Amino acid sequence: MIRQGLTAIILSVFITFSAPAQETMPEAPIISEQEIEKRARVVGRALRCVVCQNQSIEDSNASLAEDMRTLVRARIRDGQTNEEVIDYMQSRYGDFVLLEPPVQTNTYLLWAAPFLLLLAGLAWFMRLSRRKQS
Amino acid sequence: MLKALKGLSPLIIFIGFIAFLAFGLSRDPAKLDSILIDQPFPDFSLTTLDNPDAQVTHEILNGQISLVNVFGSWCVACVQEHPNLMQIDQTGRVQMIGINWRDDRDKGRKWLNRYGDPYDVILFDGDSQMAVDLGVTGAPETFIVDQAGRIRYKHIGIVTADDWRNTILPLINRLETEA
Repeated sequence: MIRQGLTAIILSVFITFSAPAQETMPEAPIISEQEIEKRARVVGRALRCVVCQNQSIEDSNASLAEDMRTLVRARIRDGQTNEEVIDYMQSRYGDFVLLEPPVQTNTYLLWAAPFLLLLAGLAWFMRLSRRKQS
Repeated sequence: MLKALKGLSPLIIFIGFIAFLAFGLSRDPAKLDSILIDQPFPDFSLTTLDNPDAQVTHEILNGQISLVNVFGSWCVACVQEHPNLMQIDQTGRVQMIGINWRDDRDKGRKWLNRYGDPYDVILFDGDSQMAVDLGVTGAPETFIVDQAGRIRYKHIGIVTADDWRNTILPLINRLETEA
């Protein structure tokens, strides 16, 4: 009983003192530069250098790619997730900035095509072999 | 009849495939309409070319139609476009905003001294913050922003006198009646 009361008092003290302290804390969690670099590489490899031919911003020497790399790192430093950074770039440059086309209504055919072609080839092969047998 | 069609089927498939490729490969995905059309102009706070301490925000776009032009002293096509911008400025129909992209302040200023300054405000975007926010891939690029601060038109490359007359001016006339 006394213990519980004590805990409550200590807790309430903590809460009253920690609440204003939390407000002044920086919003972004602190991430090590190493971690930022690691994540920025992953994000950068998924983003197309929009002025190059099929290169990611990590692989390109173009000045715009260089600036985009810096912006990606700044956003990660600000506490954004990898997806948020990629979504931001997509909201500016459209699907074109994504090196891998997203699976969505206008790309279903693109993603399904290899499997459809495989099925068509199999059907053709089976018909041929059946004809040979008969 | 059916047999003839069967014999021709490889050819038909081939032609279909060529048509598919001709359509797909002739479209330049980089030239797709900006997905920013009808979106609010991105928030910004940038310094001006002349004053590294001044802060200009997107509020300057409110209440009037603006032409936002991305340029740089390193940009060869901009030299070609420049006389057209000078003429557009003469009409007094739009607020002219320049974005000096990836430039050096001194070089940018010298360039404008040499070719003339059509801009009411020149924002300095040395590290592509604004450019990436606008989905810019190269200079020159030009945006028309309406009175409410929304992007209504994007032009990639040089704005010619014809582009002004046939596309941009009619758009401005339309936007003015909208307000």
